[in-house]
Amino acid sequence: MEQANMEHAEDHGLHLTPEQEYGISKLGMWLFLGTEIMLFGGLFAAYAIFRAKYPELFLESHQELNREMGAVNTCILIFSSLTMAIGVTAIQRGKQMLAGIMILVTIICGLGFGVVKYFEYGAKFAHHIYPDTNIFFSLYFMMTGLHMLHVFIGLAVLGVIMVLTFKGKFNEKYSTPVEIGGLYWHLVDLVWIYLFPLLYLVG
Amino acid sequence: MTWIPEAASNLAGKVDGVILVITLISIFFFVLISAVLIYFAVKYRRRRDDEETPYITGSEPLEIIWTVIPSILLILLFVYGFVVYKEMRTPPKDAVDITVTGKQWLWTFDYYNGKKTLNELYVRQNRPVRMIMRADDVLHSFFIPQFRVKQDILPGRYTQLWFTPTKVGTYDLFCAEYCGTGHSQMLAKVIVLSPEAYDIWEKGIGVDEGANVASLPPAELGAKIYKEKGCNACHSIDGSVVIGPSFKGLYGKTGVFEDGSSYTADENYIMKSILEPQEEIVEGFQPVMPSFKGILSDDEVTAVIAYIKTLK
Amino acid sequence: MANHTIANNVYVPFLEQKGFLSWFLTTDHKRIGILYLISISLFFLIAGILALLMRFELMTPMSDFVSPHTYNVLFTLHGSLMVFFFIVPGLAASFGNFLIPLMIGAPDVAFPKLNLASYWIYLVGTIITLYALLSPADTGWTFYTPYSATTDTDVVMITFGVFVLGFSSILTGMNFIVTIHKMRAPGMTWHRLPLFIWASYATAVLQLLATPVVGITLLMLIAERSLGVGFFDPAKGGDPVLFQNFFWFYSHPAVYIMIIPAMGVISEIIPVFSRKPIFGYKAIAYSSLGIAFISFLVWAHHMFTSGISEVAATIFSFLTFLVAIPTAIKVFNWIATLYKGSIELHSAMLYALGFVFLFTIGGLTGVFLGALAADIHLHDTYFVVAHMHYVMIGGTVMGFFGALHFWYPKWFGKMFNESVAKLSWFLIFVGFNVTFFPQFFLGIQGMPRRYATYPEEFESLMALSTYGSWILGLGVLIMTVNLIKGLYSTEKAPQNPYGSLSLEWQVPSPPPTLNFEEIPTVTDWTYGYGKKKEVDA
Repeated sequence: MEQANMEHAEDHGLHLTPEQEYGISKLGMWLFLGTEIMLFGGLFAAYAIFRAKYPELFLESHQELNREMGAVNTCILIFSSLTMAIGVTAIQRGKQMLAGIMILVTIICGLGFGVVKYFEYGAKFAHHIYPDTNIFFSLYFMMTGLHMLHVFIGLAVLGVIMVLTFKGKFNEKYSTPVEIGGLYWHLVDLVWIYLFPLLYLVG
Repeated sequence: MTWIPEAASNLAGKVDGVILVITLISIFFFVLISAVLIYFAVKYRRRRDDEETPYITGSEPLEIIWTVIPSILLILLFVYGFVVYKEMRTPPKDAVDITVTGKQWLWTFDYYNGKKTLNELYVRQNRPVRMIMRADDVLHSFFIPQFRVKQDILPGRYTQLWFTPTKVGTYDLFCAEYCGTGHSQMLAKVIVLSPEAYDIWEKGIGVDEGANVASLPPAELGAKIYKEKGCNACHSIDGSVVIGPSFKGLYGKTGVFEDGSSYTADENYIMKSILEPQEEIVEGFQPVMPSFKGILSDDEVTAVIAYIKTLK
Repeated sequence: MANHTIANNVYVPFLEQKGFLSWFLTTDHKRIGILYLISISLFFLIAGILALLMRFELMTPMSDFVSPHTYNVLFTLHGSLMVFFFIVPGLAASFGNFLIPLMIGAPDVAFPKLNLASYWIYLVGTIITLYALLSPADTGWTFYTPYSATTDTDVVMITFGVFVLGFSSILTGMNFIVTIHKMRAPGMTWHRLPLFIWASYATAVLQLLATPVVGITLLMLIAERSLGVGFFDPAKGGDPVLFQNFFWFYSHPAVYIMIIPAMGVISEIIPVFSRKPIFGYKAIAYSSLGIAFISFLVWAHHMFTSGISEVAATIFSFLTFLVAIPTAIKVFNWIATLYKGSIELHSAMLYALGFVFLFTIGGLTGVFLGALAADIHLHDTYFVVAHMHYVMIGGTVMGFFGALHFWYPKWFGKMFNESVAKLSWFLIFVGFNVTFFPQFFLGIQGMPRRYATYPEEFESLMALSTYGSWILGLGVLIMTVNLIKGLYSTEKAPQNPYGSLSLEWQVPSPPPTLNFEEIPTVTDWTYGYGKKKEVDA
């Protein structure tokens, strides 16, 4: 086991202990999350500005959105964050099998989110609603589209982590990638927690 | 040439005051800093390689002095700049309005009295005037250096500025916000008339139209219009293609429109191109030319045609 | 499980390994630094040649060398390449990579593989942009809407290239922050860090927080052109001024991304060649952070004439004056460092002093532009062009050249010809001033910027500026040849030619691959030059 730990640290070429690597990776990830907030922050700022400028347009347009689908997706994402958190706790306690399964459930939820979104976009296009329909839908498509992109990236990352977890690469002493992946997934969830009420509920 | 252009509006002197004060303070600090820099560099230059230097790491009193003094100065400068700015942004109640439209790459002016001019802005000496401005396409900026005024012009929104011209004369009006290929040709003249001359212009005969029609032979009048009405922004007279076709050798030329039909550049073709430029577009060019209907009189169109004929 | 030391007593310089893959797949921060150095230098030279072409066209009032459209393309490419491909990654990516681990006593950056990935992303961004040059945009480097949304030229490609580049900048910034937090050698406390590290830290924070905003702004512009959305199009309910707000929210901090590392370089060079401790260490260190913080609050000073409200203009003018204060503090501290020093006018020191001189002019002329009434007249004229170049060339480029001459022996283990270096410094200094000082007067006279043709009354000053650009170009050419020639010289550089106390000079030149044979333990700050009085100790 000791041997395996060292190998991961050796990958870095820096001769770091797992504890050091954990601290470094975690700080790096938090900084990265900071830039993500700024990225979405630009769109949220645009949302605030245009909403203040055209309250009626936003009210009218947001009624075209399918609240039920949005709500379902919100539940799916919150649930997936929960399973991810369980997965992280499991690996910290060395339960590799449980962790792997929990990450798998998280991935399935993420895919489910994508499927719902696919039908939602499809319905919009069927009603001839496109990104250039009006400012509200421009924002809707850009914000949810950018979020969707993050979901896909998250799925790819979690996929790799899941395979490695099942292969037994992580354990209670070395679980940094699982935790980092989990942090990222929580961000994806968090962004949606803001997107859902802003776009679907308050209009 | 003086270091700053002639001050020809009521605001110019005030802006110059701000610029002058900052210039003097800047020169003071610049001379101080560079003198000390050079003095130290010479006085303490290394003479022997084993020179001893003192271990000085800082001085709190000095840090405080050179933080506080610049801070006070900067705040005073901010206030001075703000006070003058406030006045520049507050038009007097008796100002008359002129509507300015910026379009790639010309200026039109609509006056309170129903008159309309292109690339020439007529204003009366000592009367405050307010520009209500809008762009037709992209951003432009209304800039008259001698008046020290500048304001960007936006599509879909009005912006404004005001000034009182104080000196009779002709001044350059520049477009100061980059607006594409013809940006540097988007120029107009500001003509400040004495109250008497302005009254004559206002009564209708139009100082320059009157003069144009009365005194010049057609080809020369055409040449004048070519420059004054901004044709030169897009049409060269040396054969090079800027935005539109060159005027050189244009008369009598044959070519093809975008729809494939062919044309010969005769009098009617040129007249139609000036008055209804969007109707037919010559192959390889963009439909960007504005109509000059109502801007050029029939005589002036004839003059332009005569001028083009001379460009063989 | 404790820290290993690198038990390898054979000294192998990091430059030893040869071959394409040894570079392309390297995770050595020093090699990645060289890759950036070569890339940004190439872009600097290309964009510099574009500038010479522009100045040549501007020698006479008429369009007699290139057409107005070509001129517009030239200034767009000059600006975009210089800003996004040279000066923003510039010092931070090249010297930041090379120096940060060496200066803090670390074997490498925190994420060496990510560091390499950042360079690859930079490369992808450059390839996209070079492809975009096949049908170059004519929008100016600021991409202002609605012109950028409507022009026939290809704006999407070049903005996409810049967008991709942004990721490289973000990841590099993240890497550096983590490195500085977590990888410092034992005893290297925050207040012992070289000021270049403080500067790099402030820069990295800006890269991290500002770059995503320009990323999303450019994405919105791309969506505007490709999907027909109308965030910035008044006809669709959008607002063209919103683009300017977003753009400058990034691009003003970006100005400090460009200048703060150069300030860091100056803070390293001046103490070494004065043999004096840096004066006011904490003032300089914290003023970098102060500048970084305020820089997020001043973006609209680029927009005083663009139709923002008077209240907004007033607030932003006030905040702009605030940013001048930490900048002034730095200048005073650098000069105070010279006091009673033992000053050697090495070429690197000449660049550093040139920086102080020119940057002072750049900073003072910034005060004109911060003052509302004066800015109304001077905005969008050559005054702004001159001010910006005094800060960017007089500041950043002088700092860059200074860094090149200062760390050259360390980086390459070779020496360049010092006399030729001094000559090229002189030509660059004189050429620069002849080129850009007249432009202050042109601006006050009312000459608008971005003009392909201009009224005849400006001709004499414009021609003078063009002559200056030739001297400047000649100086840069001589400097480049001198530095390249130095690489082939047989003269080996000593480990510590200037007697510096900084850690990077305590390892061989060029350093071995993992920098330190044994991670050093730091006992004093970096600037302990001069004779300590007994009472001080």
